[in-house]
Amino acid sequence: MAIISTAGLARTFATKRGPVEAVRGIDLTVREGEILGFLGPNGAGKTTTLRMLTTLLSPTGGAATVAGHDLATDPAGVRAACGYVAQSGGVDARITVREELVTQGRLYRLSRARAVERAGELAHDLDLTELLDRRCGALSGGQRRRLDIAMALTHRPEVLFLDEPTTGLDPGSRADLWDLVRRLRDEQGTTVFLTTHYLDEADALSDRLVVVDRGVVAAEGTPAALKLEYGGSLDASLQDTFLAVTGRSAALADAAPVAV
Amino acid sequence: MLLHDTGLIYGRYLRQSLRSRFALLFGVLMPLLYLLFFGPLLTGLPLGGQGSSWQVLVPGLLLQLGLFGASFAGFSVIIENGQGVVERMRVTPVSRLALLLGRVLRDATVFAFQAVLLVLAAVVMGLRAPLPGVLIGFAFVALLTVSLASLSYALAMKVRTPQEFGPAVNALTMPSMLLSGLMLPMTLGPAWLDVLSHLMPFRYLVDAVRDAYVGSYATPHMLYGVVVALVLTALAVTVGTRVFRTAGA
Repeated sequence: MAIISTAGLARTFATKRGPVEAVRGIDLTVREGEILGFLGPNGAGKTTTLRMLTTLLSPTGGAATVAGHDLATDPAGVRAACGYVAQSGGVDARITVREELVTQGRLYRLSRARAVERAGELAHDLDLTELLDRRCGALSGGQRRRLDIAMALTHRPEVLFLDEPTTGLDPGSRADLWDLVRRLRDEQGTTVFLTTHYLDEADALSDRLVVVDRGVVAAEGTPAALKLEYGGSLDASLQDTFLAVTGRSAALADAAPVAV
Repeated sequence: MLLHDTGLIYGRYLRQSLRSRFALLFGVLMPLLYLLFFGPLLTGLPLGGQGSSWQVLVPGLLLQLGLFGASFAGFSVIIENGQGVVERMRVTPVSRLALLLGRVLRDATVFAFQAVLLVLAAVVMGLRAPLPGVLIGFAFVALLTVSLASLSYALAMKVRTPQEFGPAVNALTMPSMLLSGLMLPMTLGPAWLDVLSHLMPFRYLVDAVRDAYVGSYATPHMLYGVVVALVLTALAVTVGTRVFRTAGA
């Protein structure tokens, strides 16, 4: 059962130097309860796609439905069904964790009492209880990420969009975040749509991968299927597979860092 | 829903203002300096209007407070855009109009408070004006703040960097201040300057508040002032809401 489906989803930006086609036509489906890894080189259109699917940016072409709501005609329905964590997060450094969580609940139209209660539940679930009275600016990178995710889970969304959720985290915090994502899917059935540049993360976490390049889907399938098809064998590294899909030569890959 | 959301956003940003009390008082410093060091120069000069020189100067300083303060309101949105706060709010069901209104109403509250401080200081310096007139003056400051802050937020969502935003706002506010006769009535100047200043919407607001400060409430100046202030507010809020709805392009 598809919870997200897009057909020819496109976005062209008008710039001084003429139109820029950031996303040229994305066709993809995400199944309910799936963890989807959305990969692609810098500038491939990952964030633009995410911003369209979360109603932040209106598409200039194509169509999409998220959790049964049409992106163009029912953006309010889409917003009610999905949570979004941007690369930059989205909390004010000067405000306390408690105030941000409660205000977020109120933005989702919970009553004051219910919002306070929900903030407590989220803090408990994401191990933030001890930090509730701390200012957001005083949190560590890992704690900040847990708060960002707690904010996005306020309304128990069916779909959670995570844009490079582990960038800048230490290995321990990354492992914790992976566990959290798996737990969300296993316990709540939340569908998770995440972008990442870390191929080990995509490999370990995702049920299925979609690789975009130059604004279109270049390949999709399970990590194993992609390795077999593009990397030549099941033992191929996802790194080589990725480079084969996006047409970057392996010679260049030697000089490139592990995270592309 | 709009009321609920606006109240929520208003509360969030008002708490933010209250946390930085220094900034709250600092905003009133520039008009206060004009009051102290520029006001006394005018007391003996023929300014052409009714009443004392304070009744001419203080209305101008009130609107100057709104003009400079509210025009720079957008800086906070540039910072919040960098932190991702605006986008995080825009993916919730919160009303787009409330995202703007909550902010501009906070600004109007802050500037009304600063306006009260300024008028109290002016009374100490020698201002005497009828209470209804003073209250009308506050209403104009609030309307001016709402419209300019809306436009400022709209601009901040468009330009996105402080390096572009600061000069752009400066380039707009300086001629606005000079051409609207905030410091001295434009009627003192040559005809061409007086005509030019009528193209500046703030001119009508200053004239209206100056009338109010001498107790003349049913004048053409007041009528034009009210009409211009309301039209400006309606336009600015419409533009601001549009930008908050479609921002990100």
